[in-house]
Amino acid sequence: MMLDLYTRRKIVNWAGLTVSVLAMGFGLFWLCWILWTLLDHGLPALTSSVFTQMTPPPGSNGGLFNAIFGSLMMTVIGTLIGTPIGILAGTYLAEFGQRGWLAPITRFINDILLSAPSIVIGLFVYEVYVVHVKHFSGWAGTLALAIIVIPIVIRTTENMLRLVPSTLREAAAALGAPQWKIINFVTLRAARAGIITGIMLAIARISGETAPLLFTALNNQFWSNDMNQPMANLPVVIFQFAMSPYTDWQNLAWAGALLITFSVLTLNILARVLFRQSASAH
Amino acid sequence: MPMLLHEARLKRQSIYDMLFRNLTRLAAFCVLALLAAILASLVIGSMPAIHAFGFGFLTSPDWDPVNDKFGALIPIVGTLITSIIALIIAIPVSFGIALFLTELSPRVLRRPLGVAIELLAGIPSIIYGMWGLFVFAPLFADHVEPWLNQHVGTLPYIGPFFSGPPMGIGILTASIILAIMVIPFIASVMRDVFDVVPTMLKESAYGLGSTTWEVMLKIVLPYTKVGVAGGIMLGLGRALGETMAVTFVIGNAHELTKSLLNPGNSISSALANEFTEAFGELYTSSLIELGLILFFITFVVLSLARYMLYKLGQREGKAS
Repeated sequence: MMLDLYTRRKIVNWAGLTVSVLAMGFGLFWLCWILWTLLDHGLPALTSSVFTQMTPPPGSNGGLFNAIFGSLMMTVIGTLIGTPIGILAGTYLAEFGQRGWLAPITRFINDILLSAPSIVIGLFVYEVYVVHVKHFSGWAGTLALAIIVIPIVIRTTENMLRLVPSTLREAAAALGAPQWKIINFVTLRAARAGIITGIMLAIARISGETAPLLFTALNNQFWSNDMNQPMANLPVVIFQFAMSPYTDWQNLAWAGALLITFSVLTLNILARVLFRQSASAH
Repeated sequence: MPMLLHEARLKRQSIYDMLFRNLTRLAAFCVLALLAAILASLVIGSMPAIHAFGFGFLTSPDWDPVNDKFGALIPIVGTLITSIIALIIAIPVSFGIALFLTELSPRVLRRPLGVAIELLAGIPSIIYGMWGLFVFAPLFADHVEPWLNQHVGTLPYIGPFFSGPPMGIGILTASIILAIMVIPFIASVMRDVFDVVPTMLKESAYGLGSTTWEVMLKIVLPYTKVGVAGGIMLGLGRALGETMAVTFVIGNAHELTKSLLNPGNSISSALANEFTEAFGELYTSSLIELGLILFFITFVVLSLARYMLYKLGQREGKAS
């Protein structure tokens, strides 16, 4: 039986839209499954000793304190190094980049670095730093993380500065303010919430990065706050413990995974809420 | 001398201006220098391997640390195959998600659902790896792979790709997990480019009696095809360089196999697994050359992606 054109189009439309709804469900399904797995395996392992004791040898009790501390140190210092460079370069692209060759090329290269494989960044830091000082260290890991922060901050800084209405700049210029004052005290301030959002997203990104730390900070089973020594950090500890055959190590890995994921997702959501509030305030 | 004082102040301010401008320019220049330094250090690091193997490195399937014979064929093929299968799965799903978010979703749900999909991109890749190894791979080995063996593995032509031991760990598992990881990237680019289609175009088509599906396929998709291609390339760039998730589930076997169920290797997982344990100059240098190849491939793919998205942006500017 031939369906008439009208019915056939209706059926095709209905089928297409159903598949679209299913695709949406497919996406949400994985998110829920992964989060549920993390809660299921991670919560029982998340005891107070996780926050107070060092990473144990196989077969004995312990926690992740040195790894959490190392991760915090490297993330914070990496962000502190990467952010100023990123904000300055982003300012250049948005405020001075109308003419000349440097801005378009930088923008292009930055977009590439933004999604470049992070393991290559690890190789780079290994080649230029670890090889020369001849040992893995917390500083090398920090450097690798800082390099990942820079392009993210550049991108958001530029975008946010472009959203600042030029009437603000003109008003400040009409009052006789020199350009460096206009940028530092007017435009950057107006774009502050957006830039902070970008920094938070950058922190979220680097706190879960594992690949660049493998060849730089490596790992350390013991307490160390010396940035010149190999440094324990959550992602690499999770990697090592999860790949091991010992169940108590694997349980600790699940606890660490739960910690990392929920801090990263909280940062992501906070950044969005913050940005939305400041956008609606304008 | 109030006049002179005033002039001195103006002069000082213009010096500050110049200093500040050059400071920001220096920071922008740092980005270029960074790329140059990455390229240079990788090339220098891989020099011993380039000298030893030449172009044969790209086509040789050897990987023999004991006899110092290295070739990049297996990791390169593994990287390309996992990324391409991931795209084959991810493209239709991302299209469906973008269609749902732009056309079908109730207004209230649009934002939370969009954020939920973006959160999928926020989950660190090591978590995907762990979940893949402990949860997904065993289920896949018990329920999906035997079925594939029985029903698809016996078909002509495509059969050999799906027959093999159902271990759960292998190229296909890695591809599926990669697909889940790139879906949010492709879907959010698609959603953004679908949003730039002028409402008037869509409404004209609806006014002529088109269905939603027809509007998507015949109006929105042709209008945004360059941008959609750009989004797909962006996803490909992500998939090619993904390390931790793949390392957990691909099996890390230096073998060239026809079956997708067998373990394989990719450039990034070879690096993650072997680099810190590599002994000897040639071994390390071969691994660095692998990194150089990976950087080169992703560089080309990402440049194409940016070019396509830029093209779409240009046309959007012309239309308005």
